[in-house]
This record gives sequence, C-alpha cells and structure tokens, in this order.
Amino acid sequence: MLLIDCPYCGVRPELEFVYGGQAHVARPQDPAACSDEQWAEFLYWRENVKGVHAERWRHTHGCGRFFNALRDTTRDHFLATYRVGERPPAAAVSRGREAQA
Amino acid sequence: MQRFSALSLLRRGLSGHRDWQPQWRKAEAKPAYDAIIVGGGGHGLGAAYYLAREHGLESVAVLEKGWIGGGNTGRNTTIIRSNYLRDESAALYDHALKMWEGLSQELNYNVMFSPRGVLMLAHTVHDVQVFKRHVHANRANGVDNDWLTPQEARSICPVLTTDGIRYPVLGAAFQRRGGTARHDAVAWGYARAADALGVDIIENCEVTGIRLDARGAVEAVETTRGLIRARRVGVSAAGHSSVILRMAGVRLPLESYPLQALVSEPVKPIFPCVVMSNTIHAYISQSDKGELVIGAGTDAYTSYTQRGGLHISSHALEAICELFPMFRRMRMLRNWGGIVDVSPDRSPIIAKTPVPGLYVNCGWGTGGFKATPGSAHLFAWTIAHDRPHPINAPFTIERFREGRLIDEAAAAAVAH
Repeated sequence: MLLIDCPYCGVRPELEFVYGGQAHVARPQDPAACSDEQWAEFLYWRENVKGVHAERWRHTHGCGRFFNALRDTTRDHFLATYRVGERPPAAAVSRGREAQA
Repeated sequence: MQRFSALSLLRRGLSGHRDWQPQWRKAEAKPAYDAIIVGGGGHGLGAAYYLAREHGLESVAVLEKGWIGGGNTGRNTTIIRSNYLRDESAALYDHALKMWEGLSQELNYNVMFSPRGVLMLAHTVHDVQVFKRHVHANRANGVDNDWLTPQEARSICPVLTTDGIRYPVLGAAFQRRGGTARHDAVAWGYARAADALGVDIIENCEVTGIRLDARGAVEAVETTRGLIRARRVGVSAAGHSSVILRMAGVRLPLESYPLQALVSEPVKPIFPCVVMSNTIHAYISQSDKGELVIGAGTDAYTSYTQRGGLHISSHALEAICELFPMFRRMRMLRNWGGIVDVSPDRSPIIAKTPVPGLYVNCGWGTGGFKATPGSAHLFAWTIAHDRPHPINAPFTIERFREGRLIDEAAAAAVAH
C-alpha cells in the first residue's frame, strides 16, 4: 500500500484516498461550441504516461478535498503533491525524469 | 517442424526424449520485412501466423521486448467466454470462441482448451435482471447462455455456497461453451506454427521508435537491435500500446492499469468449472495442475509496474473465502500483475491508424485472452487487406469521436 502526502492532512495510507485520473484536464468553457474532436479529447483521450504523471487524488476518508500529485508510473513513487490551482512543481518533474534516465 | 502425434511421443519416449528440437528458431532480425508485428503475445504471434498462413506474406517478423509468454499472455487467468451483451461484441468474441474449439488441431499443439463452462453468479435483484437480459441477448445472437436457479448452479459447482452469506446467490448465467485454456501453450503453439511458416520471432528486441517517410507512411521501426524496415507495422502491445503509438505521433484513448492474479498451492480436482461474481467480485477456476487460479478487478490507479497493491488482491481473496469457505486455509503460491490497456467503453480497438501502414490491436483491457485467436485472425486480415474485416469494422479509434461506442463498461458481464 502506498503512503500519500495529502497537502492538507499530511502522510496517510492509500486506503483513505480515491484516484481521480489525469490532472489538469479542463472542461471546455462552452461545450456546445466544441467540435467532435475537442469533445472526444476532453472526454476520452488521456496521456497514459509511462513516467512522471500529473494526476488527481481525493482524500475521501480524511479532509475530503481534491489535490494533485506527481507520480512516476514506472515505480509508483510519489514525487510531489500540490493543491488544486497550482502548477506541477518543476523541480519534482525534472527529478522524476532524471531518476528514469 | 516436428509434428506431435501419439506415435512421435511414443518414439521419443522410447529414446529418452533426447531428440526433441526447439519449438521455434532464435531468429536474428533481417534488414527488412513485408510486415512487422510489435508484441510477441498470443494476439501478436497469432496475427503473424495468420498473415503467413492465410494471406501468403512471405516475410514477417514478430518483435518482442521480453520473452515469448512473459507478458499478459502468461499473466491472465485463462478464462474463455463469449457472453457479451452488444451485437458487435458477441460477433467478435464468438468468432474467437469458435476458433478456440479447433485451435489445438489447427496448430498441432495442445492448447488444453477445456470448455468446462463459465458460471456467472447473480447476488442481487439488479444482477438477476442484468444477467437475464444477457441470456436473452446472447441467444438472439446465437451465443449459448442459460439461466440457472441456485440449486442448478450448485449441481454444476457443488462446492459453491449459495445461502447464509452476505449476498446469497439468487441464480446464475451459465455459458457451457466457455472455459479455460493453457495460456502459455497458446503463445508457444502460435510461435511454433508461425516459425514453421518462416516467421522470424525476435525476442529481447524492444521497439524504440517508428520512422515515417516523407508522405507520413510507415517506413521502419527502430529497435534495441537496430533499424528494421517494413511498410506494414501492426502494434499488438497491450498495456504499452499507447507508448508505442506515440512514437508515430498517434495518441490513443487508453489508460494502463495493473490487473492482478494469484494461484494457490496445487490440490486434487475439486473445482469443475469457472465461477465469476461481480458483486462479491472475484473469479476462480482450477488449472489442470491443480492450482486455484484467482483474479478480480484492476488496481485503482494507472501504472506500468506489473505489481499492484496488496489490498486489491486481499479483497479478491476475501470474496473467494465468502463463496468457498473450504478454501480459507489454502496457501497462495504466487501473486503477480499485468498491465492492461483499458478503453473508455471497455471494448477493444482493432483498426487502421491515421498513419498509413500502421495498424493497432489494443484496448482489450481486462479481457483479452479469451479473444486471442479471433483477434489475431481479424488483425491479420486488417493488415493484409488494409481495411477492417466486417467483424472488427466497428472497433475503430474514431468511434470515440463519432459517439459510436460499443459500451461494455457496464455490460461486459464483469465488473472492471
């Protein structure tokens, strides 16, 4: 089981959390104006990264809040967690890429 | 190729089994091929076999980054069935099931196909309604499936507990033609038969790039064993399909998750069929070696680790112990994970890609093994004709843009 560092509550076991898929997928401002390609992209197309992945988690059995995490999907190693609205910490991204190379 | 027969077994038995040949050559990559299949699992090896056998391609290679049978072909729980809800799915999976029935004879290799029946348990009123709908839909599509009472289910599987548990068994859907096969033998049998037709099977050869020509068509693949030219490349790489396709600039609507399985210590024959339960959530059968083979749903988050979380497999074991209390004290020998590529509608993609000469067979998610011969056969047809066979024509990438989903997410008769 993984230990996940909730930005609000600290380190807790994985069982308290629910995975929320790829992070930073913005819902289109005006869905009616989307082309089929844009709407399908929003709904279905995901990066499926083998490496450093930005993803959403929710601390369901804790504070209940959503946050984002950077995880290396080749090792399941968490590089950083950060709050919704923040950009992925660049230092953690490059650290993860170096670990892969 | 040495053919297997009762006589050949007897003859080599008398000479101490010393003169068996390797089942396939250790091929070195040639500079160019008519077609390359990326991925040496059952689907990929089968596609190479049918390209050579049915479509007359003389120069075909299969590139495998690891070893034959080391990927998802050797990591699944070997269940075979075709009781899918949608018309398109029923046609696809039943095409495969019909091929399973003659596969050992076709390959002259015993894949140990055992149509022992697949029993799917209903524990709630909703389950009962859904499975009865499946039974009717399957029958309308010519796929066998019967509704059984709890007593009838117990007569098929005497060790099943139907009463006195948190979710009593209210009935079951039973596909008699379903069952299991020896998964390694499927890969080995296809590898041996393809090799005999001149297909080069190149292990420890990882694709690192796909080279396109000035028109944007496939020209070659770059590998850890050098550049190999081919104008037709079929990708059959399961959980790594999106990694490979991205090398050619093609993105896919897939996410890769670990799917775990376990086997117990071997015991005498006790379990006569396959049992699946969505609500309590596990599935189980007994291999011919005597091990109980157990699986459940995918892990919660995307990953390429081939491990998965311990609490996921513990959950599967709790479900098994609920349904079969007699297995409570059995020891599990091995636990592993495979990386499965899950599509949004839980149906596969067997299709051309936007890149000319590049084809993909992916998105099988948690249920690809059962489709192996059919999938391989249709993928070879698609590559040979540069257009899909009528059976796999609906299974495009574009269906996600056009809204023509083949929605087995809730309908595949299994919780994912």
